[in-house]
Amino acid sequence: MSLLEIRNVTRRFGDFVAVDDVSLRIEAGEFFCLLGPSGCGKTTLLRMVAGFDAPDGGSIWLDGKDMTSVAPEKRDVHTVFQSYALFPHMTVADNVAFPLKMAKIDPREIRTRVDEALEDVSLTGMTGRFPSELSGGQRQRVAVARALISRPKLLLLDEPLAALDAKLKERMQLELITLQREVGISFVYVTHDQQEALALAHRIAVMNLGRIEQVDEPARIYGFPQNRFVADFIGTCNILEAEVVSADRARMRLSIPRLGEVNAIAVDAVKRGDKGVLALRPEQVVISPALSPGVDENHFAGKVFDFLYLGDVTVYVVELPNGSRVEAMLPNSAPGGVKFFEPGDPVQISWRIESGRFLTA
Amino acid sequence: MSAAAARNRRIDKWLISGPPLLYLVVFFAVPTLIMVVASFRAPGEFGGLAPLLTRDESGLHLNVTTDSYARFFGALLYTELFLKSLGYALITTLLCLLLAYPLAMLVARSSKRHRDLLVLLVILPFWSNFLIRVYAWMIILGPQSVFVAAFNALLEWLGIGPVRLLFTPFAVVIGLVYVHLPFMVLPLYANLEKHDPALLDAAQDLGASAWQRFWRVTFPLSLPGVFAGAALVFIPAFGIFAIPDILGGTTGIMIGNVIKQQFLDTRDWPFGSVLSMVLTVVAVLLAGLAALLGRRTRLQ
Repeated sequence: MSLLEIRNVTRRFGDFVAVDDVSLRIEAGEFFCLLGPSGCGKTTLLRMVAGFDAPDGGSIWLDGKDMTSVAPEKRDVHTVFQSYALFPHMTVADNVAFPLKMAKIDPREIRTRVDEALEDVSLTGMTGRFPSELSGGQRQRVAVARALISRPKLLLLDEPLAALDAKLKERMQLELITLQREVGISFVYVTHDQQEALALAHRIAVMNLGRIEQVDEPARIYGFPQNRFVADFIGTCNILEAEVVSADRARMRLSIPRLGEVNAIAVDAVKRGDKGVLALRPEQVVISPALSPGVDENHFAGKVFDFLYLGDVTVYVVELPNGSRVEAMLPNSAPGGVKFFEPGDPVQISWRIESGRFLTA
Repeated sequence: MSAAAARNRRIDKWLISGPPLLYLVVFFAVPTLIMVVASFRAPGEFGGLAPLLTRDESGLHLNVTTDSYARFFGALLYTELFLKSLGYALITTLLCLLLAYPLAMLVARSSKRHRDLLVLLVILPFWSNFLIRVYAWMIILGPQSVFVAAFNALLEWLGIGPVRLLFTPFAVVIGLVYVHLPFMVLPLYANLEKHDPALLDAAQDLGASAWQRFWRVTFPLSLPGVFAGAALVFIPAFGIFAIPDILGGTTGIMIGNVIKQQFLDTRDWPFGSVLSMVLTVVAVLLAGLAALLGRRTRLQ
């Protein structure tokens, strides 16, 4: 039995379908990410799990019990809000103690548990401070400590790191991973930041237009996107229109209009004449000045259109004879004095045949 | 910053703060000072004030006396009147708070589109004259009123017998609450409207019932609004004379009526000034206390 089970949940706002027949299972101890662009329904779904919104159809089960019509205060689910929603008139200690006070727990026990909780998030000594006297990272930690102190079955996090700067964000991500592992409580984490989802989650559900596009482990989401949306939304991806020329059990041959034919790994249930796209990650594309044909590689001649120097890598935009542009990412591993290809340089691009993914959807 | 720029800034500062400061000096500080001086002067032979300086055979005399203060503290009657007025003002403040809080919450939590209309309805009574509105209550509470007739019919049926409503302390409290209610609603609304709804969501999420959400989050956060509203109701209600004059009859008299009598009827200006002084001091002390409490309930 899964800890959280979302069964065919639908939520409409007038004519707009925010969440469209979504089913998900989240296991105990799992760090689960709901990832999608803004307006994809991920926050609406989260609010329904918390109890702030009721589905128009479907049901939500927690630990084998139907929670669909249970009030938020009666659900064993706590939320870390995007704005943190710390009580401004209470000290850090009072904020963290709030759920225990609501549960009418003995004041002496509350004190020790608050001290422990603040120690867990390295906020010892901040007990008497007010939220306005804390930094962004500290507020975030108080919000997490407050949501976890009464040991809920499930913790929901609604873009909790969105307001922090990049450096602090990375540190808080590491802290959240450690904390989640230590407390062993399932986290459902909503974000629109694909890198954050890849870094944090055990499993990711990619959402778009109220539907789930794919649920998988981060490496599989990135490496084996099931459709064009997932390929495009996670990381950067070169998308080349393609049509199946022939296919056998292991390989297939694709025709790219006005460019030529390439080999790719066979995908289930495709046949000659199927149209789709070839999705190719920039780091899988090799760029070189001269042709050095290898086995199992596809290659084309092209011309450097432009490039972006990003420090650790350089991204080249290569224009192919049919006018389409392909990004290739080259690591800058040689320190200093890197020789760049200049715009207009003729180059060869190639990729291994198992790199490209043919997607029909 | 150059010296010229600094001078310009100083001039700007005075240009901005000058007019309101002047207004306060002319219409608040000077009259208060006149009253302070008057409270130490002797009453004139035909009312008003005796001359401050008189000259006779023995020379020039400064006519100052503490007689009026002695009169105030010598008779229990005036202290009792003060306490009674204090009681009226406190009851009025409390009733206003009880009525205004749900109303302000309703306005603050209704949709943006309805909010303006509801605020307009709250301040709508200000569009007609204060005295006219109080006279209207004379009719509503008067013996010919349908409401009073129905109310008395009910009392008679219950066997309690008919009662008179007009010219009683009850009528005074009704009038006071009616007139001062908007002054409680508006600061409360201004405060409640700013509350972050996410705080209530968070409280509910963390296990707080509706009752706990109100007492642990909404109410403590609204305290600055409560104190502001209480001050705006309490201070004018404490010294008012028009409402007890119109609705109070002989039993519903307040300290404001006595002060008015001293100035307009008895024409004992020094004693009227003493009463006004005591009223001002008590009101300022209580307002200071409210401000202190308001500051201690910290709100960021």
